[in-house]
Amino acid sequence: MAKAVTDQARISSSLLPRRFRVQQAWPESATITSLALSPLEGPVPSFRAGQFNMLYAFGVGEAAISICGDPDSGDLLHTIQNVGPVSGALCDLMAGDVVGVRGPFGSGWPLADQSGRDLLFVAGGLGLAPLRPAILQALAMRDTFRSVTLLVGARSPTDLLYPAQLADWAAGDGLELAITVDRGPPGWTGMVGVVTNQLARALQGRDPASVSACVCGPEIMMRHTCLTLCDAGVPAAAQWISLERNMKCAIGTCGHCQFGADFVCRDGPVFRWDKVAARLRIAEI
Amino acid sequence: MWPRLGEGGRRRERDGSLSPLEDVMADGYILRDPRALVGALLEAGWRVIAPLERDGSLTPEVVSAPDELPCGLVDMQAPGAYRLQQQDSGRWFDAVVGAQGWKRWLHPAERRLWTARRDADGFSIAPAAEVWPPTVFFGVRPCDLAAIARQAEVFRQAGDPAYGERLAATRIVAVNCTRVAETCFCASMGTGPGVSAVVDVALTELEQGLLVDCGTANGAALLRGMDLATAAPADIAAARAAVEAAARDQIRAMPPDIADRLQRASESPRWQEIAARCLHCANCTLVCPTCFCTDVTDRSDLAGDHAERWQRWDSCFSPEFSYLHGGAVRRSVAARYRQWITHKLSTWHDQFGTSGCTGCGRCITWCPVGIDLVAEARAFAEEEA
Repeated sequence: MAKAVTDQARISSSLLPRRFRVQQAWPESATITSLALSPLEGPVPSFRAGQFNMLYAFGVGEAAISICGDPDSGDLLHTIQNVGPVSGALCDLMAGDVVGVRGPFGSGWPLADQSGRDLLFVAGGLGLAPLRPAILQALAMRDTFRSVTLLVGARSPTDLLYPAQLADWAAGDGLELAITVDRGPPGWTGMVGVVTNQLARALQGRDPASVSACVCGPEIMMRHTCLTLCDAGVPAAAQWISLERNMKCAIGTCGHCQFGADFVCRDGPVFRWDKVAARLRIAEI
Repeated sequence: MWPRLGEGGRRRERDGSLSPLEDVMADGYILRDPRALVGALLEAGWRVIAPLERDGSLTPEVVSAPDELPCGLVDMQAPGAYRLQQQDSGRWFDAVVGAQGWKRWLHPAERRLWTARRDADGFSIAPAAEVWPPTVFFGVRPCDLAAIARQAEVFRQAGDPAYGERLAATRIVAVNCTRVAETCFCASMGTGPGVSAVVDVALTELEQGLLVDCGTANGAALLRGMDLATAAPADIAAARAAVEAAARDQIRAMPPDIADRLQRASESPRWQEIAARCLHCANCTLVCPTCFCTDVTDRSDLAGDHAERWQRWDSCFSPEFSYLHGGAVRRSVAARYRQWITHKLSTWHDQFGTSGCTGCGRCITWCPVGIDLVAEARAFAEEEA
């Protein structure tokens, strides 16, 4: 007779979100909304600049959204573009609504390792959102860096994300701000053209070898920005980008976000340029 | 117990050395009839899951009576072909792996993750309640033992406990392969045809019965009270010889340097050539015992007050798999096939320290157009040589 059986095992639930309350919701544009969240129970999770959360809209689904609040003050802010059913449902949330949150996940912008260097942030469109926490942190420890430059590209002046924030930064003396738009309407006196064309100006007066760049935007914009920076002498190992891939689990088991051997959710989304440059040349990888 | 797996058909000792095959098979016993063991396990209250004949294939299913164990079955496997034949051999384990492995139990095709209900607060979330009865996997082949360990590592790294919890509450009775299918290539992957892990119980089929090797205290507990004869040295030698013969009988072998070669093959025109044959039906990923990818879907009732989140198997062969707003990253079949084979044979090493392939041959057998993973890998190896 075999030994009497063991007890039955209770199997843990996986991918459980925590509930957060929308404290404030405001439109950034016709298709972009920002949400400020606070937990219904438990502490605000600490996060690093560049990380993301999985936000769950009740009954609709989950989407990976980068955190754009200040990590030092624990501002759990998300800026969401309505590009599908889940992001659309998240954009429709109002103050008082409840949202599910898992996270934070992924790697962050490596600001702590850049002391003494010339920091260059390059943002394309909504790419300013994941960079915002890093910019705020850089300004909070401004003395650590030789200079801080922010180059922002947008389709048009009305597409610029966080215009009030940009005006604040422009008025302050913490960073040098340059804005360029693809199409300048009548009355626009600023720069026109893609960000890559403005990089030479942004690097003016800097030793390229001492520049560290954090780049976020559409993949093609990040690729050409980093290639241009490399041509200008900025070390490939001093440039970082934030990649976007389909994510379902954010813990490295759903397989969707694989990019070569990397799980973008776990090993990214922030990658050092020289680690991914060769892969980004391969179509449909 | 977690299977601790070595490589190369041998057991890895605590000091890191590899013990010879002889040690793994030492101290054997002879069990005349596997039904006696299954019967005793059922009587003791275990849920016994064993490969049973279902829909013309062998599928791990819950056994309700010992006589359900199939006897005399032999499988004919080839690219795109599988047939079970009934013979009068009286042998229990000549048919090797069927379409489905043990992942259908340890990593279910569909799983409710949690439920949410609308309430005054907004909504509340309740974890899904799942219980796993005390279970014995009966008849796990060495390739599938390796597959279980590799999937367990994926979920362990991710911190998702469910897979490990199911496995920890499962006892394993493995079966060394003494006959191989045409599609088997475990010897070249170092996963078989003999069990290389420390496993609760391992069986090797001989003319005079089953040689029983007990590897753990849990295994000994399963065998307690069984009518076992002590194996003669000749029995142990015969078992070793039968497993070694099964290694020699394999006609397919994976090129040993395939991981490196695929890293350099990402832009080979060969991917287009494979894509012209591939139906991107996802069969290979569904039958693969290590493929772990999943999708999550939300289900809600008509009133919208109740929502459930479900996880289900997904495949990198579907265009939606890599969907990002605006379209799929991997639009072409060539890119999707490249993703599958490169992950399986190359980047899995970077991610988890082993190959993602165990040499079970299922993807070859169950490909409707007979694409042969080993032949395709060889073609890449020869292309570059």
